[in-house]
Amino acid sequence: MKVLVPIKRVVDYNVKVRVKADNSGVDLANVKMAMNPFCEIAVEEAVRLKEKGVVTEIIAVTVGSKAAQEQLRTAMALGADRSILVETDQEDVQPLAVAKVLKALVEKESPDLVILGKQAIDGDNSQTGQMLAALTGMPQGTFASEVVVADGKVNVTREVDGGLQTVALDLPAVVTTDLRLNEPRYASLPNIMKAKKKPLETVAPGDLGVDLASSTKTLKVEPPAERQAGIKVASVEELVDKLKNEAKVI
Amino acid sequence: MGILVYAEHDNAALNPATLNVVAAAKAIGGDITVLVAGEGCGAVAEAAAKVDGVSKVLCADNAAYGHQLAENIAELVAEVGKDYSHVLASATTTGKNFMPRVAALLDVEQVSDIIGVESADTFKRPIYAGNAIATVQNSDSIKVITVRGTAFDAVPAEGGSASVEACDVAKDLGKSSFVGEELAKSDRPDLAAADIVISGGRGMQNGDNFEILYKVADKLGAAVGASRAAVDAGFVPNDMQVGQTGKIVAPQLYIAVGISGAIQHLAGMKDSKVIVAINKDEEAPIFGVADYGLVADLFDAVPELEKQI
Repeated sequence: MKVLVPIKRVVDYNVKVRVKADNSGVDLANVKMAMNPFCEIAVEEAVRLKEKGVVTEIIAVTVGSKAAQEQLRTAMALGADRSILVETDQEDVQPLAVAKVLKALVEKESPDLVILGKQAIDGDNSQTGQMLAALTGMPQGTFASEVVVADGKVNVTREVDGGLQTVALDLPAVVTTDLRLNEPRYASLPNIMKAKKKPLETVAPGDLGVDLASSTKTLKVEPPAERQAGIKVASVEELVDKLKNEAKVI
Repeated sequence: MGILVYAEHDNAALNPATLNVVAAAKAIGGDITVLVAGEGCGAVAEAAAKVDGVSKVLCADNAAYGHQLAENIAELVAEVGKDYSHVLASATTTGKNFMPRVAALLDVEQVSDIIGVESADTFKRPIYAGNAIATVQNSDSIKVITVRGTAFDAVPAEGGSASVEACDVAKDLGKSSFVGEELAKSDRPDLAAADIVISGGRGMQNGDNFEILYKVADKLGAAVGASRAAVDAGFVPNDMQVGQTGKIVAPQLYIAVGISGAIQHLAGMKDSKVIVAINKDEEAPIFGVADYGLVADLFDAVPELEKQI
């Protein structure tokens, strides 16, 4: 079976982002970019399903600028067979528009499974997978910590607030990955070299009949209120005294 | 037009997170209707009717909604929601699961995880794990919004007298089914709702040592959390994780024990009213946000704390 793995190029998770002085956004100039960590987990899960013989072909896809080719190459170095860049210079494409692009690709490629990250660590929206599922009428298994494909169904164990929940979904289905699903591998040098020769197709959103215009406008972006450091106490006794008599919280 | 609030519950009791969502709805302004969808959830609808500020409760009692499967719930909420100007749910794993589906079915964008209401169409929300706060304006005819509960003070659970109406919209996509669940059983309060949270980090060294935190928690009526480092090390299960990728908490008192204070963890607790840090490394970043810091070996300090409270 075929798996589609949508990924996103984002600011590397180790970078502490800074808000631009004019409050128009976050400063992305000369900042290290990388594949969104949840997307790496999605690629890894697809590769593991291929290694188990469940999956025959993995297609990585992203919506982004030309620079996002780098992340598609990474996905192919990790094991994706080919990739598609839906190229746009528009910044901040909203999840609904991305989901519409992915819907068009789902119709073209007919994957049995779409595996993607539960959220991107830039916008923190956590919407794209669920929206794609709705637009295509597919069932969804979000925040997955275990994925088992068997008998035309996929069983997804989900991380929910109270613990774990398992659902059975008809295929095709959408799965979004949580942190504990797997630990992604590193790409080996030979695989990085091989990935350079794998097919990378570029299409425009318009070719897929999708308009990326958004109904959500960012008016400003500010740094969060800084919390001031308080005092050091010398003993447990002093701590308890402060909590009882100064902060009055116990 | 009015505001539709989706009630979160387990078919037996209303989840207090819903009270924070109603507070966000009040901040937007308008008539508030609460939708209770579940199976055998009549008691939840009765409880929702008593919530302060609610004018109507719709109760969709149907087997297809019993386990809150996103496929079916989203169809229901999209159908009911088209008559409202705003559809709100809590940004819990339940709300995050079905709400984007609702938005897509209505062909509108979703505003996720709001922490402030500027006006009926303009909201504040954290991006980059809370390292930046965006003010966004949405021009869709229906605003589909998830709400970060800790950012809004809960409305009183009593005081309202809304009418309860049965909602007979039955939607079953038939493509998903519930297999089972493993829910953590605990007599302690829920992490997200507790007034006091005590969390352990890598400094706890192993899962057994969390026992000393449980003892303090039981004396204070507190919930127990953990850092991602403690979860990844296998000390405790993931549902205890506080942080960017775990639960966001904002209790009256947060006690961080043996937690260094990675950005990841701070994103989940820095809105707590009072923060206490106990760590033997005086350079630990957690002291940078703590109101009261105690540089000490936690294995001495925590049992001593238990004695003195």
